[in-house]
Amino acid sequence: MIELLQVRTRRLLRRVLTRPRIDLPLAAGLLLLAAAGLCTLYSAADGDVGQVGGQAVRFVLGFVLMLLISRIPPSALRNWTPWLYAGSTLLLVVVSVLGEGRGADRWLNLGIMRFQPSELAKLTMPMMVAWYLHPRQLPPRWKDIAMVGAMIAVPAYLIGKQPDLGTALLVAAAGGFALFLSGMAWWRIGLLLVGAASMAPVAWHFMHGYQRGRILTMLNPESDPLGNGWHIIQSQIAVGSGGAFGKGWMHSSQAQLDFLPEHTTDFIFAVFSEEFGLVGVCLMVLLYAFIIGRCLWIAMEARDTYSRLLAGAIGMSLFVYVFVNGGMVSGMLPVVGVPMPMVSYGGTSAVTLLVGFGMLMSIHAHRKRHD
Amino acid sequence: MKLKLRRTIKDPRNEGELFRRRALAGFALILLGLAGLIGRYVFLQVTRYDEFATRSENNRVKPLPIAPARGLIFDRNGVLLADNVPAFRLEVVPDQVKDMKAMLADLGQVVPLGQDDLDAFHKQLKQSRRFESVPLKMRLTEDEIDRFAVNRWRFPGVDVVPYQNRRYPLGELFAHVIGYVSRIDADDLDRLDPSLYKGTTHVGRIGIERSYEDVLHGTPGYQLVEVNADGRTQRVLQTHPAMAGKNIYLSIDARIQKAAEQALDGHAGAAVAIDPRNGQVLAMVSVPTFDPNLFVDGISRADYQTLTTAPDKPLLNRALRGVYPPGSTVKPFVALGGLELGLRTPADSVLSTGTFCIPGTTFCRRDDRRGGFGTVNLRMAIMWSVNTYFYKLALDMGIDRFSQWMGRFGFGKPTGIDLDGESSGILPSREWKEKRYKKPWFPGETIIAGIGQGYWTVTPIQLAHALGILAGHGMPYAPRLVMATQTDVDAPKQPLPNAPTGPSVISNPSEWQAVVQGMEMVVNDPRGTGYGLGKGFPYTVAGKSGTAERYSRHTDAYNENTNLAYLASRHRAWFEMFAPAEEPRIAVVVALEEGAWGASSAGPIARKILDAWLATQPDAPPDTPLPPGGLPAPGTAPAGGAPASASSAVLQDLPQDTSPGEPADASSQENPG
Repeated sequence: MIELLQVRTRRLLRRVLTRPRIDLPLAAGLLLLAAAGLCTLYSAADGDVGQVGGQAVRFVLGFVLMLLISRIPPSALRNWTPWLYAGSTLLLVVVSVLGEGRGADRWLNLGIMRFQPSELAKLTMPMMVAWYLHPRQLPPRWKDIAMVGAMIAVPAYLIGKQPDLGTALLVAAAGGFALFLSGMAWWRIGLLLVGAASMAPVAWHFMHGYQRGRILTMLNPESDPLGNGWHIIQSQIAVGSGGAFGKGWMHSSQAQLDFLPEHTTDFIFAVFSEEFGLVGVCLMVLLYAFIIGRCLWIAMEARDTYSRLLAGAIGMSLFVYVFVNGGMVSGMLPVVGVPMPMVSYGGTSAVTLLVGFGMLMSIHAHRKRHD
Repeated sequence: MKLKLRRTIKDPRNEGELFRRRALAGFALILLGLAGLIGRYVFLQVTRYDEFATRSENNRVKPLPIAPARGLIFDRNGVLLADNVPAFRLEVVPDQVKDMKAMLADLGQVVPLGQDDLDAFHKQLKQSRRFESVPLKMRLTEDEIDRFAVNRWRFPGVDVVPYQNRRYPLGELFAHVIGYVSRIDADDLDRLDPSLYKGTTHVGRIGIERSYEDVLHGTPGYQLVEVNADGRTQRVLQTHPAMAGKNIYLSIDARIQKAAEQALDGHAGAAVAIDPRNGQVLAMVSVPTFDPNLFVDGISRADYQTLTTAPDKPLLNRALRGVYPPGSTVKPFVALGGLELGLRTPADSVLSTGTFCIPGTTFCRRDDRRGGFGTVNLRMAIMWSVNTYFYKLALDMGIDRFSQWMGRFGFGKPTGIDLDGESSGILPSREWKEKRYKKPWFPGETIIAGIGQGYWTVTPIQLAHALGILAGHGMPYAPRLVMATQTDVDAPKQPLPNAPTGPSVISNPSEWQAVVQGMEMVVNDPRGTGYGLGKGFPYTVAGKSGTAERYSRHTDAYNENTNLAYLASRHRAWFEMFAPAEEPRIAVVVALEEGAWGASSAGPIARKILDAWLATQPDAPPDTPLPPGGLPAPGTAPAGGAPASASSAVLQDLPQDTSPGEPADASSQENPG
């Protein structure tokens, strides 16, 4: 049994190395992004090689996982989907019961490492929606939409009450995108959006004090000069003072003089904007747009509904990261804990992203044959 | 799902086309969103570039946290026990120092820097970020401040910063109660809420300072200040003051505390006084003690070495963490248990022959007096501390009922006092032994438990808590050190109520009466083991002595040695006492780690604490304290002290019978404290 496993593992590793199933444009885009991320981090962390090294290790781990997962055929992924979704939801329940973490109970201590089940949910959520819609007649009707809505609501609620609004948003968006891509009629989408907007006051009622504070602070940053307001003001100064061409690499005065808090994690894009200016921002956004576009292309080429929806949803959720983080850093959106993908330091989010891209690679390898 | 498949017709080609349209629409929306995002950056980086570039250039306004003033600590009458005194410290912003080593060497010429300062500085330097200022030397003298002021220009990044330094005016007297604050270290940084501790350098480490940290700390404020290129403050633009921590009033009376410490007179041990009516602690002393002021600015290595290696362990809070076998002090509790469980009436008597054997076995234990005490009832059993009575009673109760009953007095678990780190001691029980030793319980262990020996250990606070419950007619109150808080010295005090932790332990007042009468006889009857300790006190005193062995004996042989110093090295002495016996207002427990006999060594200390308490009672009748040097002689007639002198005769003339339990509770006259 063990020998068989060893043989299989060895064979798999050899295949991964000799015939990697990767989509070259997507892989190139990701590598470019990782490199840009490490350079920015080096500057933001004030030349701290330790932090950059740690991040690099995460990237390497992520890319290895990506290559391994690219070997798993989409049909296998689809078979596992309900179990993975149930497992990740169960873990979220466990975390809400006995999780640990400063302030927010997001972590599960596994003894050797701490683990954030909400990261897992970012992947299992679009998988589950795609799995559910796969055999069904599309575009979906109200009944299926309601089912999908429930699938999204449970993990999103569990994560939101941890409280981790940013991740809850990302998870919900990933599921929502899968539903959107399934061809849900526009009028239904419009109706849901109007309904959601009218629920906003209710959501406000259920928010934590600090979450409300962040929204109020975004509207009036001067009201909280020591806390989030300070973040927003200083972040905008960093971005604005970068100008069109930036101050140059390693020359972010805002970060170096400690005017900019969290400048290696959630606010690292402000350092990037200060150092590389509008030109840098445009290039970076173009790179993200390229990756998203490539993901959607892979989705369109995919063989079945499950693969299509999954690939498309993963690609589109990248947009949410970029938009929410970029909007937060520039003072356009409230401060929520959403990292700039592959650029922000720490967390397991880079690994999660790369695992997701591994699934895309697999879907790409099993695309339709054009005859 | 299969059913569903059959009913609905899936059209893959159509679906593919639908998806393609959706994906394109989605991508268009995403491009729109990203364009909007770039629009925002264009707005910030192009349209408002000049404004932000200027703000970045002039970004000299920084918020500086203002640490809140720590709440003061007073005794129950407003005697200041923990104070804040203005002081100055040197701080360094590492980011602004080009060559740290050279700078420190130069600075050392201006302001002397000790090795301890430098060690602490380097340690903290590693833990903090480059632009965060790190304290280098605390409590600068005026002279040092002046010298630095003249040379300040030579040291960019170094500044004198005012702060409030904690000081404990009564120092050692309250060290084990109040504890101390000390510098925040890396572990604290993980634990504390950074938004509340911005600018704060010290945190409560132990004692009241720690357990009431949240009350004492307060809420920080901040200042918006303009800084120059060196990061030095040029101008204060706005000030949002901090909110000081609350003041705390202890229930301890510093006079009683002082008297207790003096009465212990340097002998290792502890004394605790509790008001049985509400659980308030009136005095809590552990000897030896230490100077808490040493810890505030980081204790020097040499001082710390001295404190930790001292054989009598001055850092150990014996009142809270010292665990000792309770010995005969538990006999009143056992007696009460016999009454409450309906196993005895106060009049029931037992024949003490000098030896008690478990029926049907050869497992025998002796009484303190060779030949026994004759026929004794409950009151006499307490008065004389007759082991046989309690051996038998414990055996009748059985270990399960016994430990359940004792558990109601809080034995074997933390008392819930408002201090961290108390030991729970051990209350022997079948379950405990099974868990600890994986062995069944033996009846022999039950009878030993009946006289407070064997596995049983208590802390002084635990015994005081139990005595408080007993004295307070069975009402259980968790011991409380803090009586009230106050937002400002002029503000009214807000009392912290202390509700009883459960219903009364005692159901029958007449049974309580019987036990207390026995305890009154201990100190007031010429035959009592602590006769004389109640003399001259205007209220009736009740008490009980206890002497426990520090080392178990290996042989059953009588111990002939009557040398007090020798006995002290072998025994722990206890005395518990409360007054007025009818409606107790104070319950005192004294523990001596090395005391020859409970009554003669610990008893007079307890009495002195009662005397000090009496002096604080405005309406109390006059007191005649015990003469120095021990207990007064017990009456005149040689027979008057018959049992007592018999007991002392045990000490003087007869070989002693103390195995395996307690050595005899001492009688009085021949054993000066």
